[in-house]
Amino acid sequence: MNPYAFRRHIIGGIIVGVICIYVVRLFYIQVIDSSYKLSAQNNAYRRIVQYPARGLIYDRNGKLLVGNQAAFDLMYNPSEIQPFDTLELCSILQVTPAQLKERFRRVRTTKGYSRYRDQLLYSQLSEITYARLQEKLYKYPGLYVQERTLRRYLYPLAAHLLGYVSEVDSSHIRKDPYYQMGDYIGISGIEKAYEKELRGKKGVKIFLVDVHNRLMGSLENGKYDSAAVLGKNLVATIDIELQQYAEKLMKPFRGSVVAIEPATGEILALVSSPSYDPSLLVGQERKKNFPLLQKQANLPLYNRALAASYPPGSTFKLINALIGQQENVINEYTTHGCAMGWSFGPVQVGCHAHPSPLDLRGSIQYSCNSYYCDVFRRIIDNPRYSSTEEAYKIWRNYVLSFGFGQYLKTDLPDEGKGNVPSINYYNKIYGKNRWRSLTIISLGIGQGELGITPLHMANMAATIANRGYFYTPHSVKKIEGQDTLLHHFTEKHYTAIDPKYFEVIIDGMEKAVESGTAMYGRIEGIAMCGKTGTAQNPHGKDHSIFICFAPRQNPRIAIAVYVENAGFGATWAVPVASLLVEKYLKGSISRPWMEERIVNAHIY
Amino acid sequence: MIRKINIWQELDWVTVILYAVLMLFGWINIYAAVYDEQHQSILDFNQRYGKQLVWIAAAVIIASATLLIDSRFYFYFSYLLYGLTLLLLIAVVLFGKEVNGARSWFYIGGLQIQPSEFSKVATCLALARRLSSHPIKLTSFVEMIKSLTVPGLIIFLPMILVGMQPDWGSALVYAVLMLVLYREGLPGQYLVIGVLFGVVFIFSLLWNETPEKLVVMLFLFSLAAWAFFYRSLRGVFIILTTYGAIYLAGIIFFHYGHWHFSAYYHHLVCITAALIAMFAMSWKKRRNDVAWIAVMLAVYLLSGYGVMYGFQHVLKPHQRTRIEIFLGQKYDPKKEGYNIEQSKIAIGSGGFHGKGFLKGTQTKFNFVPEQSTDFIFCTVGEEWGFIGSFVLLMMYLTLMLRLLYLCERQRSLFSRIYGYGVVSVFFIHVTVNIGMTIGLFPVIGIPLPFFSYGGSSLWAFTFLLFVFLRLDASRMELFR
Repeated sequence: MNPYAFRRHIIGGIIVGVICIYVVRLFYIQVIDSSYKLSAQNNAYRRIVQYPARGLIYDRNGKLLVGNQAAFDLMYNPSEIQPFDTLELCSILQVTPAQLKERFRRVRTTKGYSRYRDQLLYSQLSEITYARLQEKLYKYPGLYVQERTLRRYLYPLAAHLLGYVSEVDSSHIRKDPYYQMGDYIGISGIEKAYEKELRGKKGVKIFLVDVHNRLMGSLENGKYDSAAVLGKNLVATIDIELQQYAEKLMKPFRGSVVAIEPATGEILALVSSPSYDPSLLVGQERKKNFPLLQKQANLPLYNRALAASYPPGSTFKLINALIGQQENVINEYTTHGCAMGWSFGPVQVGCHAHPSPLDLRGSIQYSCNSYYCDVFRRIIDNPRYSSTEEAYKIWRNYVLSFGFGQYLKTDLPDEGKGNVPSINYYNKIYGKNRWRSLTIISLGIGQGELGITPLHMANMAATIANRGYFYTPHSVKKIEGQDTLLHHFTEKHYTAIDPKYFEVIIDGMEKAVESGTAMYGRIEGIAMCGKTGTAQNPHGKDHSIFICFAPRQNPRIAIAVYVENAGFGATWAVPVASLLVEKYLKGSISRPWMEERIVNAHIY
Repeated sequence: MIRKINIWQELDWVTVILYAVLMLFGWINIYAAVYDEQHQSILDFNQRYGKQLVWIAAAVIIASATLLIDSRFYFYFSYLLYGLTLLLLIAVVLFGKEVNGARSWFYIGGLQIQPSEFSKVATCLALARRLSSHPIKLTSFVEMIKSLTVPGLIIFLPMILVGMQPDWGSALVYAVLMLVLYREGLPGQYLVIGVLFGVVFIFSLLWNETPEKLVVMLFLFSLAAWAFFYRSLRGVFIILTTYGAIYLAGIIFFHYGHWHFSAYYHHLVCITAALIAMFAMSWKKRRNDVAWIAVMLAVYLLSGYGVMYGFQHVLKPHQRTRIEIFLGQKYDPKKEGYNIEQSKIAIGSGGFHGKGFLKGTQTKFNFVPEQSTDFIFCTVGEEWGFIGSFVLLMMYLTLMLRLLYLCERQRSLFSRIYGYGVVSVFFIHVTVNIGMTIGLFPVIGIPLPFFSYGGSSLWAFTFLLFVFLRLDASRMELFR
């Protein structure tokens, strides 16, 4: 016989033991303990969800940008509903009986439908419908109205920055079990980035309901109720007046404006033009308007300011000037002659009329192409490095240290990465060791494969304004009940360039505005520093670009302006930036003719 | 030599009848759970009860087919079946459809198949085959570990794969096969240790908010450790009295001293004292054991608090949610404890007699989720009352004890070991499923055998049971 045969009794004993415990437990909760026995009258619950109001959003000066408005959802409980006067309900809701019937059928066939759970019949009734329905509601047992809040935008502005909210779909629910069908969630912009703070926390109240559907008080004195927690209010970093003015100026154009406060990295204005009124995407309106916006050829829903990647054009000369100094291949006295262009063997780069020869300051003032082809060759063909590849890698690392070619990790979603071509990229196109400085000479003047977003560009302006470091741009200054922002937004990110090299560049930028390529943008009494750019691109006419910061000492604003397919940087981007700087620093405009010229522009 | 037998004569009809009754009672309750005035036809195949009827018909076919196959098939093909189900488990992790955050299902045509249900059968078969030819050796510790390696792996592999879906609830089922090892000679102390560590792990996660409960567990642990090392109850009494005396003294002291002290520290002090008493006694008797007890305590404390700390501080919220889903808390993601309360209310409101067939639908539908699958017992409790619940429990008890009896009359080691596997699987399913509905067990979503809605689980349990009945019926084929 098996020596462990007795163990069958132990195993049997364990089984009998567990079953006995269960029988005792069942006897206890079913027969002895009366607390589980709800009386026959109290045999139904109504679970009423308390939706908290979403947090408000203010601008940096305390002006309310986004508030809430009431909305009413018509709910029903299929198990409690009784035959009713269909025609009357239809006339209140302004639908035909066939539509109402179809609506009921649709609800019944949706996934997760239960006869015993409350269902959404119509969402977001108008206030008038609600008022009329409220009077007659007693005639329709099983129907009730649930109050919700919708977003209300106080300005028709900053749609791309603020983002919008929408009802959750099944993928949101799968990702976060907090959400249930019919809940709202931020889909883009600040609404998405700060969803957790803005949404608050839903509460629930559970009531006992008798057979006549009357509320009989809360279940076990609210033991299972939970209170709704209001969403937290946010203070955004934008200045709504500056934003308003920027949107007005950009209205005739496709393009973007990004303005940053260099001392903090706070985004003062963010325009992606064309834009749209955020109110178009609130509640029921969205169903109608979203497809319309989606269909427009100039893509109003696309956030150019964060995601669009353009060649930086001549503004990028600033970066090469800094790298050249750091690498010790040029200094502020290095001069170079230019006779309307630069050529080396078969490679030719054109330039425009300006004094010659120029030193480093002058090269920025007049944006000389020849000068920067030379600078770029000096960097890449530096004898200190054994190969083009090695020198390019050094150059690329400097460029990356400004945040180009990668996500800046702002708090906003939909940020683009841009592009700084890698060594592999060139190896793939030209073959390993088969490209030289001349092959990629267009990088010297910000053309070629470089892709930079307007946000990167504004950040570069802020970095130069700070003489060598930046704070990661962000859109929210303060979260209610929270003392500090993420560390990421309050630490200085230094570039790989020594701060001492910046002052020369800034001299050149100031001269460019005083008497150089950007002199059209000169503002009386403000020391503005800027650099124009004109980016050739495969999509038609050149992009007009300008970056600047002001005042020169203790800069308060750094701006990047992109106007797509508008020609020279000086023509459109310069006056837009110049007016914005004046507006922000002085509060008023001294050059109404300039404003008029822009607002009435017809360039497409 | 093989003697031909008539399978229908040798079949254990007691079990078959129990099986049929359970399945039909289950179907009636699924009907009640889904019942709705709008869909009253029993043969409405869009409703769950209609579908379940189809699953039941298929189960009968599966049962018959299982009986008609030669019993040696199950022995010779056990490893092959095991290998195939492992492949299926890997495939489902890679290609399965994600439902509730886990990839446990294949969708083939309109059919949903859950391989983890079937892998239980194959695991029992493979384990039986291995153990029947390579029994557990107890000559030395090293020998024992060696002989346990392969059976351990047989259990462990499907467990890990199911856990990767991730469905740790279902993975836990495999741990119950330790009972089989125990029956085949595994020393009892390892069973105790295994159970204790399982308890520590789960409860550390579930009770993250109350350190007091960990203290209580610590106490239970020390009792178990004592009982285990001394195989006597003397130490248990000593610990209990020490604990009680110090606790009482403390209460009196605090009461008259007007000195407030957290209950948590109070218990901690008492337990420390009790443990010191225990160590002192061990020291006198067998020094070797003191070291062992200390090591176990240290591991216990470290793992318990480590799991708790990691859960609360290291993991990010979404990872925590994931683990809660692992633990089957998907029904209660907001930790309101509300669903369990609803389940208990539904059962409790049934009273002694129950509310009657189809009459109990009012409370539970609103809130008890997964009514026809994992929480089907609520329907029984509410509509059939204590009487119905008692009868159901007795039916399961009878089934399990009957199977134990059948196990012990086997002539072949293979059949007996497999039979113990069957009993263990039924046991854990019944225990966990009913235990969670009455609040005695954490919510782990595993079905009630033959009762819950669902084709895969019904077929898998049918197959599991009838393979054993087939082996049992042919036990006389073997001469001894």
